[in-house]
Amino acid sequence: MKVTMRVNGAERTGDVEPRVLLVDFLRTNLALTGTHVGCDTTSCGACTVLLDGDPVKSCTVLAVQADGRDVKTVEGLAQGGALSPVQVGFHEEHGLQCGFCTPGMMMVGTALLENNPNPSEEQIRWAISGNICRCTGYMNIVKAIQHAAKLQQAAAAAPSQGAAVPAGGGE
Amino acid sequence: MSTTMHQHGGIGESIKRKEDARFLRGKGNYIDDLTLPGMLHMAILRSPHAHARIKSVDTSAAAAKPGVIAVVTGELMAQHKLAWMPTLSYDTQAVLATDKVRFQGQEVAAVVAETKYQAEDARDAIVVDYEILPAVISPDGAKAEGAPVIRNEKEGQKDNHIYHWESGDQAKTQAAFAKAHKVVRLHTFYPRCHPAPLETCGCVADVNPATGKATIYMTSQAPHAIRTVFALVTGLPEQNIRVVSPDIGGGFGNKVPVYPGYVVATAASLLIGRPVKWIEDRSENLISTGFARDFHMTGDLAVDEKGKITALRAHLDSDNGAFFSDAQPSKFKAGLFHIVTGSYDIPTAHITADGYYTNKAPGGVAYRCSFRVTEASYLIERLVTNAALELGLDQAEFRMNNFIQPEQFPYTSATGWIYDSGDYPKAMQVALDKLGYEELRKDAEARRKKGEVTGIGIASFTEVVGAGHGADFDILGLRMFDSAELRVHPTGKAMLRMGTKSQGQGHETTFAQIVAEELGIPAADVAVEEGDTDTAPYGLGTYASRSTPVAGAATAMVSRKLRDKARKLAAHLLEAAEEDLTWERGKFYVKGSPDRAKTIQEIAFAAYTNLPEGMEAGLEGVHYYDPPNMTYPFGTYAVVVDIDKGTGQVKVKRMVAVDDCGVRINPMIVEGQIHGGLTEGFGIAFMELITFDSDGNCIGSNFMDYLIPTAWETPKFEIGETVTPSPHHPLGAKGVGESATVGSPAAYVNAVIDALSPYGITNIDMPVTSDKVWAALRSKGVTE
Repeated sequence: MKVTMRVNGAERTGDVEPRVLLVDFLRTNLALTGTHVGCDTTSCGACTVLLDGDPVKSCTVLAVQADGRDVKTVEGLAQGGALSPVQVGFHEEHGLQCGFCTPGMMMVGTALLENNPNPSEEQIRWAISGNICRCTGYMNIVKAIQHAAKLQQAAAAAPSQGAAVPAGGGE
Repeated sequence: MSTTMHQHGGIGESIKRKEDARFLRGKGNYIDDLTLPGMLHMAILRSPHAHARIKSVDTSAAAAKPGVIAVVTGELMAQHKLAWMPTLSYDTQAVLATDKVRFQGQEVAAVVAETKYQAEDARDAIVVDYEILPAVISPDGAKAEGAPVIRNEKEGQKDNHIYHWESGDQAKTQAAFAKAHKVVRLHTFYPRCHPAPLETCGCVADVNPATGKATIYMTSQAPHAIRTVFALVTGLPEQNIRVVSPDIGGGFGNKVPVYPGYVVATAASLLIGRPVKWIEDRSENLISTGFARDFHMTGDLAVDEKGKITALRAHLDSDNGAFFSDAQPSKFKAGLFHIVTGSYDIPTAHITADGYYTNKAPGGVAYRCSFRVTEASYLIERLVTNAALELGLDQAEFRMNNFIQPEQFPYTSATGWIYDSGDYPKAMQVALDKLGYEELRKDAEARRKKGEVTGIGIASFTEVVGAGHGADFDILGLRMFDSAELRVHPTGKAMLRMGTKSQGQGHETTFAQIVAEELGIPAADVAVEEGDTDTAPYGLGTYASRSTPVAGAATAMVSRKLRDKARKLAAHLLEAAEEDLTWERGKFYVKGSPDRAKTIQEIAFAAYTNLPEGMEAGLEGVHYYDPPNMTYPFGTYAVVVDIDKGTGQVKVKRMVAVDDCGVRINPMIVEGQIHGGLTEGFGIAFMELITFDSDGNCIGSNFMDYLIPTAWETPKFEIGETVTPSPHHPLGAKGVGESATVGSPAAYVNAVIDALSPYGITNIDMPVTSDKVWAALRSKGVTE
């Protein structure tokens, strides 16, 4: 079957069997390997992407279900080489270790802040509770999303400043 | 981020991680992200039964499916003498079953096809005819008269017993127990759990048919050891084998062993002449790869009138599954269980252990712990709390009264191990102060009077990590040293390669910081690479908290070697005598004339451009570090819980963790490791369980049954530290990756038992779930 969807702002098409999972389409057909598979049972959230802005577990969505819709993956977070506030937050607050859950966590964090620019710790913990991290114990992930919220608020207060961060990310 | 750009990044600085740049952008390079030209996909057929004879395997329908290139059976592997492989514990393990299956999930056959979907379709078309045999699912079952002999293929194997192991002094211990004022006994089962890294195991095997070179990209915590094992098993010349560990999505011990899938994929690539990818799904990971624990433990403490522990004895029955493939140093059948005397000055101890085959998955690994240290730590910390409760003494005071004192180090334990350093009372006091222990105790007493169920648990663990020294510690004879190779380029930038392999621990940052400290090149200018056996120096890998104790030491030593050469170069450049030069991080200057200086970058350039007569060019070196002793990180963890009498639900109100891992190279990374370990410890204490029904069906085969803590139930942690440097490590560091998983389960459970002790409840085995707590309370007549 032919599918067409907008992925990270660009129209992408592919010819897939009806049973092909969205995550396999993204990883195999589009070579967007930043979205990971951790469990196959919708439990771990490593495969989370945004479908029309809402976080979904792409191991439990068929590629054909995304036909005609808007998909955003971790590769679409940074804009023009500048990391997004959530990406900056994860770096600054040491919100990642092995990095395997990180794309899914960041997609959930991004969607949360879109709907709730100033979430409480409890709201953050609830929002990421469908995503498993084996490394960090979540404390620094919570801080990372709080950090991102502050950056976004600062950017909103002074729109010309932005939250741009140079490419390269690390030291 | 701009605030951190110009940091030097030496020891003790919480610089942000270098590896983040790719992970944040979705540009990590994990095994399943790798695609090679012409690559095929492999799916493994696994046994649905725990114990069954294979009557026939019919692959005809599978072979006819679209896209199928090959179907691999045990029979085919046997033709190439690869149906069995050696384990890390000198046993054998079936690669693909030929005679019978011995656990549910065992590898029976494999399909190689053009796509993953095609491989899985064809796998499901293989027909295996089984004759089901009775299953053995516990050591008691394994010992029972008439129990089926699981390993009947082994010559001389008449029962299910694997090993007997002893440590300590039996006679002296018996005598001490005969004189004891009080004997406290605990029988406890440390259940089977699983490291379950979020990324499963997998590989891409690429055997080049023209050159014979086998490149195996795989999720391995120990790529060099794997290369040697592959050479020995397959007979391929070792220079023709290249093992590459790409980015690894968590390991926690799960990615130390050699799994059948790696071997089958490599054999398939060799036979077909194309690259073959094999990636486990989550169920395969949980039901067939290295589990942890599964120790049935009985411990006794002898205590005198003054509340001093006078002796310890313990017996363990170890459930090793169908093949004895524990990943541990070869001389240590029960791992490093010797540490069971813990932080306490116990004059004598005697421990025995017996290992048994069962119809369960093999591959006992140390889930974020140094070879059975977790089980040992759990037993002693639970025993000590139970002893205090039974004697009516305060848990903290009883511990203080029995600690090895700071002046007793180096301390030789009753099992003959030499603890390098420690200050247990100090770590305990920091934890108690942070907790506000005395106030909390009073508060707990008051609340108990009102009928509330509340408790405080303490664990003052000590660990033994950083294997080896090589004389005592080896994997299949390979001494457990580790290595670092440092190349300083003409422009003063450097490349560091090590024999270890990060799985999220932040090696690219931490080890650059060691170079920054010792050789003065800023951490940002030091690239760290691991995991490629064609380029990295030989090492034994990352597990057992050994990277910083061993490879970190090697990094310091090689940096110092290069600094020695740099001094000679600086003397040449400054026309001064070597002994007249002073080193200040990043430069040499002439004593008394700080203006007459050469930076390490200038010196590096000279190493390639302006050498003194007779000196070899270059500023490069390698060091292989064989540690003189293990390191002994320690700490005190304290937990406060409230329990709902109506539901049995345990709420962790507070968790205070004071760790002493010696000198901290990057405190941010250290604290991150502690957070993660405390969470895995919380999971083990309350949620994570791999269990089996009476037919040997694995319960816990997916993340809906094997429960891992999410952000919602994970408590918040209050972190503290003390610093007692290791006297024998060049940087005073001890390793920290595992302390929190080792120490915390007992702290959590001790809090529950402290809460339940007024009702006469002395033990609940992990995971401490609400239904167990509810049943324990009801058994004592407690209702809402």
